[in-house]
Formats: sequence, structure tokens, C-alpha cells
Amino acid sequence: MLETLRSLRPFLFFAVGYLALAMFVTNSYYQLIMTLVLVWATFGLSWNMLSGYTGLVSFGHASFFGLGAFATVLAQVHLGISPWIMLPVAAGIGALAGVLIGLPTFRLRGHYFALSMLAYPLTLLYIFQWLGYPEISVPRVEEGAAYYMQFSEGRVYTVLAMILLGIVVLVTRHVERTRFGMSLIAIKQNESAAEAAGINTLAWKLRSIAVSGAIAGAVGSFYAVLILVITPLSVFGMLVSAQALTVAMFGGVASVWGPIIGAAFLIPVAETLHAELGSFLPGIQGVVYGLAIIGLIILAPEGIYWKIRDHLQKRKGKDALPTAVQESAAAEPSAPVTPVERPARELSEEIVLKVQDISKSFGGLKAVQNVSFQVNKGMILGIIGPNGAGKTTLFNLLNGFQMPDGGHVLVNGEDLVRRKPYELCRAGVGRTFQIMRPFKRMSVHDNVKVGAYVHAASEDEAEQITREALELVNLQDISQHIAGSITTKDLRLMELARALAGQPEILLLDETLAGLGSEESQDVVNVIRKLAETGKTIIIIEHTMQAMVQLVDRFLVLDHGELIVEGPPQEVIHNEKVIEAYLGKKWSAHA
Amino acid sequence: MTETQILIETVLQALAAGLFVGAIYGLMCAGLSLIFGIMRVINFAQGDFMMLGMYAVYFFLIVFGIQALVGNTVSPYIAVVAMAPLLYLFGWAIHRFLISQVTGIRTTGMEAEGHYAQLVLTLGIALVMHNGAMILFGPELVSVDTPLSSSAWVLGPLWGDGVLLFLNKARIVSAVISAAVVVGLWYVLKTSRLGKSLRAAADNPQASIYVGNDVDRSYRTAFALGTMITAMAGGLLTTNYPFHPFVGLEYVVLMYAGVVLGGIGSVIGAFWGGMTIGLIQQFSTIILPTQLQNATIFVIFLLIVILRPQGFFGRSVERT
Repeated sequence: MLETLRSLRPFLFFAVGYLALAMFVTNSYYQLIMTLVLVWATFGLSWNMLSGYTGLVSFGHASFFGLGAFATVLAQVHLGISPWIMLPVAAGIGALAGVLIGLPTFRLRGHYFALSMLAYPLTLLYIFQWLGYPEISVPRVEEGAAYYMQFSEGRVYTVLAMILLGIVVLVTRHVERTRFGMSLIAIKQNESAAEAAGINTLAWKLRSIAVSGAIAGAVGSFYAVLILVITPLSVFGMLVSAQALTVAMFGGVASVWGPIIGAAFLIPVAETLHAELGSFLPGIQGVVYGLAIIGLIILAPEGIYWKIRDHLQKRKGKDALPTAVQESAAAEPSAPVTPVERPARELSEEIVLKVQDISKSFGGLKAVQNVSFQVNKGMILGIIGPNGAGKTTLFNLLNGFQMPDGGHVLVNGEDLVRRKPYELCRAGVGRTFQIMRPFKRMSVHDNVKVGAYVHAASEDEAEQITREALELVNLQDISQHIAGSITTKDLRLMELARALAGQPEILLLDETLAGLGSEESQDVVNVIRKLAETGKTIIIIEHTMQAMVQLVDRFLVLDHGELIVEGPPQEVIHNEKVIEAYLGKKWSAHA
Repeated sequence: MTETQILIETVLQALAAGLFVGAIYGLMCAGLSLIFGIMRVINFAQGDFMMLGMYAVYFFLIVFGIQALVGNTVSPYIAVVAMAPLLYLFGWAIHRFLISQVTGIRTTGMEAEGHYAQLVLTLGIALVMHNGAMILFGPELVSVDTPLSSSAWVLGPLWGDGVLLFLNKARIVSAVISAAVVVGLWYVLKTSRLGKSLRAAADNPQASIYVGNDVDRSYRTAFALGTMITAMAGGLLTTNYPFHPFVGLEYVVLMYAGVVLGGIGSVIGAFWGGMTIGLIQQFSTIILPTQLQNATIFVIFLLIVILRPQGFFGRSVERT
């Protein structure tokens, strides 16, 4: 919390400066514009809370905005309730609407999510028109106007809007710095990886849309009081949703500053054009927003804030790079790796994973057929087989990405078949991916921390777990680097650390050695061996045997979805069926 | 007339209206399905392309004074055909200069981020188009009146005395033209080399490139063709429906509803999808107030999309 407050310092400077400037503005129209900048900035932050962090683009934030606005005005007109009361109520309505809309709509991804979100406010628009509210105004109050949030002095609204913005910035900052924000960013960058790292993605998305809807509802409520007259089109219309999205994207998504920068640029321009030219160019505002979006997407798709930040970081990165290269060049060349078979180890009797008769077909293709095996605690099990043998599918069945057609997966005796990935992760099954799934924009440290939240009760504990996991894989030195900038080997190790941070008993490693040179792969092998010594059970997929022979305790060979051979490395590599699966019948005779 | 007869008449009238307007919606959806099905691009501006088609017909009639030459009756249809190449060029240019910057083969590898850019870009195009149209054409409702739009063939009386069916002539002509265009389009896609390369590009852009197909060009053709077809449908609507610059918003969700319903990637499917939406819309007016007509469509769209959660892109599980 303290850190959150400290990070607000730039915002406080901004707020004081902006309000000081606002105090000199006496023209009531310019006062309104200054307030509107803050209103749309806040609305942009609301959009950002959902779409910026989770990456699910919403074209429907007008739903929450409009509901807040109508609730506030109608409550005053019919029941005489003050906007001071309605503002938090509107936030509640927004949150509720968010959850109600989110529940069905989060089943959709990408395109369909965006389209569906567009349909909600348009539906509401027609419903409100049908209900007979073509236009509704806030009743003017003569006595006790302040009680109804009515002030003759326009600057009061600017101050109120700033307070609202301040609260929302505080909330956003807090979200950003806790597991809430981390989970959302993880979802955005890679939903499957997030699930596998133990994040209940649906639950976090719902929280996110609830907070987002609450902010939008409150902003809508304030907007109605500020503007005094609302129509279904002015609060539910597409331009409203577009405005939230535009200011956020223009400034920079997934940042506190983005929507503020975007609003500060766009709102004055659009409003001024509207005021100057609106009478004979009625759509000028929309054209400006449209052009802003088009230009932005083509020139700086992530917004001004990130463009500048990336630019600055690149310059910093250029200075840092050469030293790193020198270091690795100076490193001792290690001895060439020869596949040495390792002596058999003593293994625990305890069975941690038992797979019974598991099967999966895709249409007519039997990807995995009646595979059964069991794994002792602390064992390193290698699953090998040619391309298309069903190795990755088997993993997907084990960690819940795909549902098996039949069979059981027992983890410590408990049948976990048909559970979601995050549940399996919590039960102790961690995994890495064949195609790496880093959260590219996050630091190595934060990538790992996402995994740490699975079992950590507090931020401190998560931090502790993260540090330990990074040390286990020897990445502590580059923990602050951005994941997008590190080498393939370090990425593999980072994914390993992320899986480890979830404190799994069983680790599924999907082609962790793929694409690595022999030296690099030796480093990774050493780490894996170290892990096994600490009592982790490891199952590793590879299709090359070389590096595996010296690593694993047992092999499992799959071909065409079937388990063909199981046994210690020594036996398996000389097995005729294995040679046949790899090289074809012709060669098995010669071998 | 008895209660039953009134009901029968209402239902039959809605059926007829639904079929005719549904055919035009079907054409609209066929245009969208070319863009959505082949390029996998969600185009928010599709409704505005349709709006452009409407104004194209409107101005063609005024500017060229063609009505004086050939008479009111056929001139709108001549306008629809005559403006089609221009609208094709418009779509081509939009793709060439804007859409291709964020879509196509370069972005097929970028899972979420590529789509995100493209969604927002088309939203920008939509905003510029309908607001720009308001500046250029004014916010008023306009319409294209022809002798056909105010005359009808009368069926009946049926069932003895009462039941009369009024079949608007302009709607029928538009519906027939729509159906003909869709059949023509389907035939071209099925038989021509162009159709083959479009289907290949839709199925697997990467592989399509490796066998020497210029995927970006295929996309551009699909986009231009899709723009043209939808705009033509817009033009055919003008004889019966007054329009304004923001009309596209009302139709864009409707079009997606039709395409999704009909199954992504199938032109004929999209046509039937649009037809179904037209029928639902017309039948809904029997029980619901007209203001809620569009709301009904949106709710139906949500139901269609939400009840088939895995999406419609075939493979629901990415390769891990």
C-alpha cells in the first residue's frame, strides 16, 4: 500500500498543476472542457481496467456509463435522490451490470467478445428509447443546490472530477501492483499459460469487469450531472464506447497514464472543433476520433506512452548490451557433451501420479490410446516418440487443457481427470510449453511471480517464492530484464521457474531442450537434475533421445498414440520396436 | 373478418416481408462473409460500406439525372449495377492503404495482438465514414422513391372473404436481384481460379503462400468484393427504406448475426443466415413494438454467439 502511495507522486504533481491551471480559467465553456478531459480520462481508465489489462477489447463500455447516467437522473427526477448518493449507487449498478454481462460474454474470445460487447449498449439504447426517454434533463434546484451536486461555479466540477480521477488512479495502481493486475496481464499475454500457472482466469476477468463497470457507472453518473441533459444516444451511443477506447489507446493501453494523456490530447481538440465547426460540420468530433484511431493503429499501435517508453528503454538497452555479450564470450568453453548414461538411482516407493487407460481422439485420429503408467516420487520420466506420437496431447490431458475421452489421472490418489488447468496446477501439477509462452512485456521476475501467487497468501510470500525459484534455475542476475529480450535458454529456464513457483509436486516439461545448443541444453539438464534431487517428480517430453539418456530414470515411448515400450534408458534405446518407430522397419533389421 | 383471419393475414404478411427483406439481408451477409470468412477480419465498417452503397445510388440518380432518361422504375437498379465497380475500388483502396497494414500474412502469426489492431482500425474507419457522411450528406433521412416502392401485387382474397396479401413490388424486385447476385457469386467462387485461391488463402494462408498463391492479393480481392456486395445490398434497400448516415450501425450487428448463424466461410450459408434474421425480425414485429425490432436482433445475435462458445473457427485448442 505504501508503495502504491509513493507511486502516486507523479499523479499528485499533475493534479495540483492541473487544478492550479484550472483556477485561472474563467470562461465557463473552457471550464467544462477542463472537466470533460478528466471525465473521459477516468472513463478511459475504466476501459483500461478491463480491456487494457486483459486484452479483451470492449466496444460496449457505454452500457455501464449509460446505466449510471440514467440511474442518477431518473432517481433525482422521480425520487428526489441526490447525485451524491446516486454516484456510489451507480458504481454498484455498473459493477452488477459488468458481472451480468461478463458471465455469458467471457465464454467468447477475441472477435466475438468485441462484437458482443458492441451489442449490449445498442440494445440498451433501443430499450431506453422505447421506454419513452428520448431526452431527459436534470431538474434545476434553486435551494440547497449543493445537495444536488449543482454549482454555479464551473471549477467546482473540475475539482470533483479530479477527485474521482484520483480515486480511480489509486484503484488502478493498487490493482497493477498486486496479484489482481498480474493475473490480468498474464491472461492478456497468454491465457493458456495463465491457466497453467494456476490462475482462475474467469474469476479474475469477472472481478476486472466489475471494477471496470463500477468506474464507468460512477463516471456516467457524474457526466449526467455535469451535462444536465442526456439522451439514450449521448450515453449509450457507439461514440461513447469509442471515446473510452480511443483515449486509452491513444495514450497507451495498460498504463495509468495512457488514458490521461489520451484525454488531455484528444478531448480539447475534438471539443474545440465541435464548438467551432459543429454547427455546419455536425460529425466533426467523430471524424477526429476516427482519424486518431486510424493514425494511431498504423503508426503507434500501443499508444504514445509505450512508444516513448519503449524508445527510451531501447536506448538504455543498447548501452547495456555489449557488456553482456563480452561476458558470455569470456566464459570458459565447457567440454563437449557426450551422452553418458547415468547409473540407476534409488527411487522412492511412493506413487505420485497414476494414469489409467487415458484416451483422446480428434475425429477419427486416435491421438492417445489407452495409455497407462505410474510415476514414483522424485523420478525423472522421459516420454519420447516421433512427431505426432501424441506426446503433447498426453500432457494436455494431464494438465487439463484437453478433456480425455476416457480414463483417469490420479495425483496422490485423487482422481483429477476433467479438472481445469488452474485446479490441476493448485493440486500440484505444473507445466512448461513446447512453444514458449512467456509474458513478453513483463520482467523475468514478474513472469515467475505470476506462478507464485498460486500458493502464496501474501505479496511478501509471493516475493519470497519468486526469489527462490529464480535461484533454483540461476536466473537471479537477469530477473529484472524484460522477458521479450532474453535468450531462448533463459526463456526455457524462466518457464521452468514459473512452473516451479507454483510449487508443483509434478512438473511436466514439454520439449524443454528444443532449439538449444548442446552447451545450453547441458545447463538446463543440470537444473532439471538438481530439481529431481530436491524431490520434485519430473516428466519430460523430447523427441531426441541424446540428451535424455543421461537425464531420465525411465523412458516411456509413444507411437501413434500408443504406449509401445516402457523401461530404463538402457533397455529402451536398444529396443527393436523403438528403433522401428523412429527409423522405420527397414532400419530395425540393421540396428 | 374473424380474429383468426386477421392473425393469418398478419403472419402471412410478415412471412412475405421477411422473405423479401431477408433476401437483401442475405446478400449483405454474403458480402460480409467474404471478408470475415476468408480474411478472418472483423470489420466494423461493414455497415458503413452498406451506407455508402445507399448514398451511391441516391447520388447517382440525382447527379446523372438518369431517372429522366430511363424512367423511375428501373433507374435505381441501373444505379446499383453502375456504382458497383466504384464500390469495389473503394474497398480495394481501404484494404490496400489501411487494412493490409495490420492484417494479412504478416499478422496471422500474432495471435491476439494482430486482431486487436485490426478491430480497432475498422472501428476508426467506421467512425470516420458515418460521421464524414453526416458532414457531406447531412443528417436527414432520405429515400429513393420509385413507382414500384408504392405499389403492390395483391394476393387474394384467400380463405373466402378477408385475407389479402400485399406484396410490395420494389421489395420483390430487390429480393430477386439479391438472390441472383448471390447465386452468381457462389458460382464464380466455386468454379473460377479466383475462388480456388480465395479458399486456399482462407484455409491455410501460410501453406497457400508456399504453393505460390499471392495471399495478400487474394485478401484484397476478397475485401473489395465483400465491400461491393454489401454496398449493392444497401443500394437495393434504398427503394423501400429511408436512410441516414448512421444507418450502418443498425445493420452491422445484424450482418454478423446472419454470418455467424449461417456458418463462417460459406457464402450460401451466410445468405440463409441473413434470410433467417430477416424472417425473425419481421415476425418479431407481430408481438413486439417496432422500436424494439433492432434490440431483438441484438439479443438474438448474443444468443447465437454465446450458445456456441467455442467459436466457429474449427480448431478450438491451440497447439501447445
